[in-house]
Amino acid sequence: MLGRLSLSAIPFDVPILVGTFAGVVIIGLAVLGLITYLGKWGYLWKEWFTSVDHKRLAVMYIVLALVALFRGFADAIMMRTQLALAYAGNPGYLPPHHYDQIFSAHGTIMIFFLAMAFMTGLFNFVVPLQIGARDVAFPFLNNLSFWMTAIAFILVNVSLFIGEFSQCGWLAYPPLSESQFSPGVGVDYYIWAIQLSGVGTLLTGVNFFVTIVKMRAPGMTWMKMPVFTWTAFCASILIMVSFPVLTVAVALLGLDRYFGMHFFTNDGGGNQMMYLNLIWAWGHPEVYILVIPAFGVFSEVVPAFSKKPLFGYGTMVYATCAIMVLSFLVWVHHFFTMGAGPDVNAFFGIATMVISIPTGVKLFNWMFTMYKGRIEYHACMYWVIGFMVTFTIGGMTGVMMAIPGADFVLHNSLFLIAHFHNVIIGGVYFGYIAGMNFWFPKVMGFKMNESWGIRAFWFWFVGFYFAFVPLYVVGFEGMTRRLNHYDNPAWYPWLLVAEVGAVLILLGIVCQLTQLYVTIRDRNLPQNRDVTGDPWNGRSLEWSTSSPPPIYNFAIVPHVHELDAFMHDKENGIDTRCAGGPYEAIHMPKNTAAGLLVGGFSLVFGFAAVWYIWWLAAIGLIGVIGTVIARSANKDIDYYIPADEVARIENEHSRKLMAQAAE
Amino acid sequence: MKNKLLARMARLGGLSSALLLAGCELDVLDPKGPVGEGVKSLILTSTIAMLIVVVPTIILSLYFAWHYRQSNTSAEYLPKWCHSNKIELIIWGVPTLIIIFLAVITYQTCHSLDPYKPLEAEANTKPLHVEVVALDWKWLFIYPEQGIATVNQLAIPVNTPIDFVITSDSVMNSFFIPRLGSMIYAMAGMQTQLHLLASEPGDYLGESANYSGRGFSDMKFRTLAVSGDEFNAWVEKVKSSSEQLDAQTYPKLAAPSEANPVEYFSHVETGMFDTIVAKYNNGMVMDKKTGQMLQMQSAMSDMNMKE
Repeated sequence: MLGRLSLSAIPFDVPILVGTFAGVVIIGLAVLGLITYLGKWGYLWKEWFTSVDHKRLAVMYIVLALVALFRGFADAIMMRTQLALAYAGNPGYLPPHHYDQIFSAHGTIMIFFLAMAFMTGLFNFVVPLQIGARDVAFPFLNNLSFWMTAIAFILVNVSLFIGEFSQCGWLAYPPLSESQFSPGVGVDYYIWAIQLSGVGTLLTGVNFFVTIVKMRAPGMTWMKMPVFTWTAFCASILIMVSFPVLTVAVALLGLDRYFGMHFFTNDGGGNQMMYLNLIWAWGHPEVYILVIPAFGVFSEVVPAFSKKPLFGYGTMVYATCAIMVLSFLVWVHHFFTMGAGPDVNAFFGIATMVISIPTGVKLFNWMFTMYKGRIEYHACMYWVIGFMVTFTIGGMTGVMMAIPGADFVLHNSLFLIAHFHNVIIGGVYFGYIAGMNFWFPKVMGFKMNESWGIRAFWFWFVGFYFAFVPLYVVGFEGMTRRLNHYDNPAWYPWLLVAEVGAVLILLGIVCQLTQLYVTIRDRNLPQNRDVTGDPWNGRSLEWSTSSPPPIYNFAIVPHVHELDAFMHDKENGIDTRCAGGPYEAIHMPKNTAAGLLVGGFSLVFGFAAVWYIWWLAAIGLIGVIGTVIARSANKDIDYYIPADEVARIENEHSRKLMAQAAE
Repeated sequence: MKNKLLARMARLGGLSSALLLAGCELDVLDPKGPVGEGVKSLILTSTIAMLIVVVPTIILSLYFAWHYRQSNTSAEYLPKWCHSNKIELIIWGVPTLIIIFLAVITYQTCHSLDPYKPLEAEANTKPLHVEVVALDWKWLFIYPEQGIATVNQLAIPVNTPIDFVITSDSVMNSFFIPRLGSMIYAMAGMQTQLHLLASEPGDYLGESANYSGRGFSDMKFRTLAVSGDEFNAWVEKVKSSSEQLDAQTYPKLAAPSEANPVEYFSHVETGMFDTIVAKYNNGMVMDKKTGQMLQMQSAMSDMNMKE
């Protein structure tokens, strides 16, 4: 009846998990109780959960990403603490069974649910506004994408309290992840979380690709498109090309595990290296999926606060496209040590280094954007300059590891861990946080608190170096990744320093939460309100509309004449908004619960498939198919906002603008 | 605030690159053999080449960020300037030149440091063959010429090229002795090769560099690099062990165990390594000289395939 599920699957014997569970239950009940007390269920359902508005979905994505950051960071600091303790005979406080789950979950959560969700949140918010569109091409799929990502994250967290998570690392290399060596449910939780969130990500890629190709405002030719949109475009292509590979690789692993097939097993003709090739054919483009949009953020933030156009726009676009193509030609550098021939290794090593050329060019472009500018030290700029220093170092260690001869001693060491945190924290995370500070007033209508933002930056920045420079060192001392305990006295002091770094980063996260709290508390102070919709004297179209934008974004779709369309209009006295009309009724998509239902049924299916509860899996699957059919048959999916209503909203904004100008 | 920002950034940037270079006491940058020496000089050369771009980039970023700050009204401000062919040429050209340089040394070192390439040694030194099997969670070393085997202890004579052939009878691992140089994966049903040489006597850490499950952290061995006489004495010591490794005793050894102690086997059945490889290939094993698949006809072929 319950498949493999029994009471023994609940880890009563692990006090950390029991405590966490109690905490989650108490906080969860408090939140649910508060929502009920405030009578906000209807509001949440109507305005958020069922919303197909890209702006609302963006906020939900970023909230999801911050929750994932919390979980992923808790894992990180637990690992660092374990390694600060587990020296010279001390087993530490995390036995391998628990520790191995933690590092597997940390990687999975940080990549799939922090970074990907944050990135999708930024896409959702910025891209339609930047190209002068009223929504994405497929608003319902956008909502569905969100729920698939969210339920996959829930599934990962269910594994904390029911059963176990994978103990095979974030990429679940076979044969370790095969049933022969990992008979438990951990890898199955991993498989279904990846597959379900993969549906959401793939749909996001398709959605933004179509949106950018088809829905740009009139006059916005390719080379007049803002750089962030270019990066979203390239990342969407990468998603469309690489995520199916991930889906297939993990599906084949699933076939091995569920049906006893032999794709990647040791025996029966399986080949583990096939999985490595497939997973990295996705995995390497994936890191560029994450970092290219961060490059897009920098390309928006640096000109805005340097009060100059971006240096070398064309170069920037070509460099981005070059990186997009090259990212598919380098996957073997993740396993030079498999014993391929010297020519194979040389090809992939050199291809990897070549990527550093366009990447370096981008850095120089931001540098020369600052050159002869008037740089305003807004909190965003701290993250940008912190990025420029940190990412350069990360790029250098990356090229070192791209040389196969050097990789033969650095592969899988803590040097590698330091390298990719160097580029993912220093590049992706710093970039996304800069983007959040930059676009927050557009999303919410009020600015983020700056002093807490700057404090958060310093803790993150200094904490990063404390946490990861020691890992470069112990990497040179031969310390490999994923060790649970060790007895080498040379490593011990460095791992203590790394623990200090983790605590500093924790303080950085606390500052970020405080920043959010202070921002929301002081939202009504006049200096924090963004009345004009253009707090930074912005260059692209998103700044031409009100903050927060009306549901339809643009009452009249703007016409684009130049790159930096809004700046061009401001300089030439053109009213981008065409205030005063004439307005027409605006065609908009209706909210729908279908995405939430498909997500909910998918969660049921995923959970049931993990535990072999086949009747429940059938219910989940039928629910998914039924909802999709019902949704497809539904003709009542759109409505019109009457011209009068548009005029009322627009006139009100115009009145506020004039009042502001009069002050 | 700004000055503090820049000063701290500069300090941290400098600190981390200094640490990267100050590697003389670090295991992989203090090698005890020619492979490690080659890797070390490669790492240092490439790092210096990259620092030619990296250091000016960091300094210029910080300098521009500081000099063109809003409050410095004496700095030139060109609100429209955003293009210069000269600068574009430099920012594409210089990194390209450095990458061309790195590409050349990458190509060369891919061949010179190829783990599959036998090492050259003095004319009268014959290489020593060692067959390595990664098990859950220990390392089995078979010395076919001596007819002995050990667990978690690898003795090698100094200044003698060691030809390793590596496989796994479980999940993937990576065979790594940081002081001697390169690592290579151990994979079931496959044979990888590695050539190392210890030029100084010593007791070096050996480990698995690829996570392999519960007992991974204790999957370590000691590498005893000793003189030729000491090596022969060690072989005699192993030969005096009462344990033998054959089709009957192997499954017990191969069963998962954690923090396995050092074990000696005075005798090992001929063809043990090939049999372990063959059991994942329908009894076939590739002959490394000819590249042909051969059928294993060992008495041990019935000991396996039961997992």
